[in-house]
Amino acid sequence: MSGASTPPPKPPSADDNAFKRELVALIPHLRAFARTLTGDPTAADDLAQDAMMKAWDARASYQMGTNMKAWTFMILRNQFYSEKRRSWRQSQLDQEAAERTLVAVDDPESPVALDELRLALATLPEEQREALILVGAGGFAYEEAAEICQCAVGTVKSRVSRARKALQATLERGGYARDGRAAGDAMRSILADADRLSSVRG
Amino acid sequence: MTDNSNPSRKAAPPGGPALEEARLRQQAIGVKLRHMFDEVVNEPVPDEFLDILRRADERSSGSGA
Repeated sequence: MSGASTPPPKPPSADDNAFKRELVALIPHLRAFARTLTGDPTAADDLAQDAMMKAWDARASYQMGTNMKAWTFMILRNQFYSEKRRSWRQSQLDQEAAERTLVAVDDPESPVALDELRLALATLPEEQREALILVGAGGFAYEEAAEICQCAVGTVKSRVSRARKALQATLERGGYARDGRAAGDAMRSILADADRLSSVRG
Repeated sequence: MTDNSNPSRKAAPPGGPALEEARLRQQAIGVKLRHMFDEVVNEPVPDEFLDILRRADERSSGSGA
């Protein structure tokens, strides 16, 4: 036996292999959720990688056949908030940087245009935003979203409902200025975009 | 016999056209929201992710065995 500090080697089990396959399949979803939490692609990938490794290290506590997607999303979310608590000062700075970025990409010459929805999402309280993302974009049931956020199902429902109303109001009234355009244009362009996207899909 | 129920046409949505319009808008927001999320889901996964996982797997399965 070499290295008393390392755990005894064990052969790769069939469970490990199955777990790994499922985990790999979830990476794109973890990246997307991380992107909506951090708003920054690089920070999001760091977060998604940390969550992926935490899930891998905790694989013994995962029961195969249960909802692995919800389980990994919960790990990612916990990781995000614990990092944020540890470095709240840093995250305040990040927030300021993010706000500067939002302004910067409003430059019409910029190749990256943040669209109206992203801007409106940024105005939502964090817990409303994540609830809406999980249910409205991630395809989770209210019960699963409640599991991920570790709160009551009713709480998720009310957060999603308030988020939807606030988002619509922001898009219609224009809770932000953009290119000096009239407020109602945001909703109009979203309606047009949604039309285009649905016809492409259908 | 009077027929003012007009059975050939669907009843107006409850709450009237204003509510119907709000529903359409929510639907549009939903479509955009999913599209925004799916855009990232459909991005190719950076190699880094699989490299990290492969190294962890090698570590835990005991390369000395």
